[in-house]
Amino acid sequence: MADKPLTVAVLSGKGGTGKTLVSVNLAAAAGEAVYLDCDVEEPNGHLFFKPEKPEEETVAVKIPQIDTERCTGCRKCVEFCAFHALAFAGNHPMLFDEVCHSCGGCALLCPAGAIRETDKAVGTVSSGRSGHVDVFTGRLNIGEASGIPVIKHLLGKIPSGGERPVFIDCPPGSACAVMESIKGADFCVLVAEPTVFGAHNLAMVYELVTLFRKPFGVVLNKCQEGENPSEAFCLEHQVPILGRIPFDPELGALNSEGNIAARENQRYRELFGSLLERIGKEAQHEAAFDSQR
Amino acid sequence: MKQLLILSGKGGTGKTTVAGAFISLSKAKAYADCDVDAPNLHLISHWSSAPQRSDYFGMPKARIDTAKCIGCGECLSHCRFDAIKAGTPFRVKPFACEGCGVCAAVCPAGAVSMEPAPAGKLALYRDDARAFSTAKLSMGSGTSGKLVTEVKRRMGSAAEDVELAVIDGSPGIGCPVIASISGVDMVLIVAEPSLSGISDMERIVKTAESFHVKTAVCVNKADVNPAKTEEILSFCRERGIPFAGVIPFDAEAVKAINSGKNIAELDIPSGRAVRKVYENVMELLWKEAKQHDHKSAVGEHGGIG
Amino acid sequence: MKITIPMNEQKLESGVCPSFGRAPYFLLYDTNTNESKWIANSAAESSGGAGIAAAQLLADSGADTLITPRCGENAEKVLSGANIKVYRSVDGTAKKNIDALIEGKLSPLSEFHAGFHGHGG
Repeated sequence: MADKPLTVAVLSGKGGTGKTLVSVNLAAAAGEAVYLDCDVEEPNGHLFFKPEKPEEETVAVKIPQIDTERCTGCRKCVEFCAFHALAFAGNHPMLFDEVCHSCGGCALLCPAGAIRETDKAVGTVSSGRSGHVDVFTGRLNIGEASGIPVIKHLLGKIPSGGERPVFIDCPPGSACAVMESIKGADFCVLVAEPTVFGAHNLAMVYELVTLFRKPFGVVLNKCQEGENPSEAFCLEHQVPILGRIPFDPELGALNSEGNIAARENQRYRELFGSLLERIGKEAQHEAAFDSQR
Repeated sequence: MKQLLILSGKGGTGKTTVAGAFISLSKAKAYADCDVDAPNLHLISHWSSAPQRSDYFGMPKARIDTAKCIGCGECLSHCRFDAIKAGTPFRVKPFACEGCGVCAAVCPAGAVSMEPAPAGKLALYRDDARAFSTAKLSMGSGTSGKLVTEVKRRMGSAAEDVELAVIDGSPGIGCPVIASISGVDMVLIVAEPSLSGISDMERIVKTAESFHVKTAVCVNKADVNPAKTEEILSFCRERGIPFAGVIPFDAEAVKAINSGKNIAELDIPSGRAVRKVYENVMELLWKEAKQHDHKSAVGEHGGIG
Repeated sequence: MKITIPMNEQKLESGVCPSFGRAPYFLLYDTNTNESKWIANSAAESSGGAGIAAAQLLADSGADTLITPRCGENAEKVLSGANIKVYRSVDGTAKKNIDALIEGKLSPLSEFHAGFHGHGG
């Protein structure tokens, strides 16, 4: 049986189903752990962990800088740029950096060597500690379109040859940012809520993890009496149900105040501890987690 | 045509439920779902006819002609998006490819071409009276902003003479949200009273403000945490953002939605509350006065009853 | 003057296109010769930066004046670099707008909307 601790990605398709609730509490219940907040547009994990003395790093992308003295006006760069980030008018080149995708093509192709690359800040990654958890939070700057460079930087923070489980809090949806977040995951936990919207979006991330051949299971959150369309989906598709979190006003209250239920409440410490065990079994790593009991 | 966009910052606050209610109450003849990553509005919209479906093409994707590939690896060493896989032959990883064309430009064997690639599916529902535009971005795709713009454009073309269009937005503050904000007349932010909800609301408010578009905030599930709801109200007051009202948590709402009913048409607490929010939003939308009017920012909606 | 106008159809009697970057055609009208030329707008199919690409097309067309209902700030930079003056169009046909411009009845376009961050627009 492999001893390598797991990297677990928590995703959901639909927003608001409980990704952060689950990923934060799993990390808290796991003893020594690493938590990565890849929802860089709207990161929330840090509100619960409140990491001590967080250190911040800037995340930058490369954008071109044109030396107008060297520019001969050949316009190869303008013609090449697939994103129309370059133009040429009034005898000088112009750059529109908000549209630039940092591909490096213009700098590469300029026959006059008039283009070099410079850094543009797009976000930050902050690192800090909360109890037994190393917390890494990615934040996209307001107005920037894509969080992928921030997510990439964040994933680079995972200690290599690490001995602790890693929990990745993913963005909602199933587009490029989510795909980037689950790239290195050993196991995916899909969090679903019992509404038609929830089930519909669960189907989307089910498709994503299946396509990427990631082992996965579902956690049903906000469970109440009555029909659960997400549970029905799981049964229909033979998806393992790892656990059920009941709709509980007490949990809701703890959560809305930014408290980590697994740290404040014995019942939830046990619930998330069991969930960890179940994930471990499902991922065939029985001894992966050093749960706080 | 006035366009009202419903956003939230945080996911799961109730955008689609509120959008659905507004569409029903306004009898909107034009509406769109701009959450192209995880569209849900069609699940609560009732259409008897099938929509017009079309493919959406984003950026082209690189393709390596295996017959011409000499395995030099120039493409791999220049690709910034980790989209080339070495091997015999070299292959493009389509999900990672952003269509920049650098590989095609550097290949000494002319083995790389840029090919059109469908990145999603658009659907336009129409009848004599209404138009509903929606789309689904293919899994793992980028260029969601362009698809959002296309969804709005189709709604606009299909319903030129319509007075009010309601647009259901997506969570977050990035690409699809920025594209959806462009050109709308007003943004309604549906916030939830939790620490995460407030943090996310502040970020989406800042994003909307950077576009100088009329913005209002309402709080859903307000009674779950009255203190946090009050915090949101103070935040709005301080910034001069009109507060459009509160909607209580309502177990009946979930049942209604799960059985395909619209909360605006039911005599349940959330239904009654969303009708009041709707009236407040309509008053703001059609008002010609300047955007941030301190006197009316809170008005009679101050405090939680 | 060499006036350019975004258009949906290749007819002087057609209405001005509401979009700048994604208009299917640009009319190029020479007031000295009264001749009309039609430029197919290759920028219309762009994934992003359509305004910039359309403005580049116009910068290269020899136009000195643009009449349009709207225009983004990125496109405006290219247009002003090329010394193209931008006027706000009025409701009506291209012909009506050209006549209005000649009679000095059109106002310069003073508000340029924020770029759509490369996402269409």
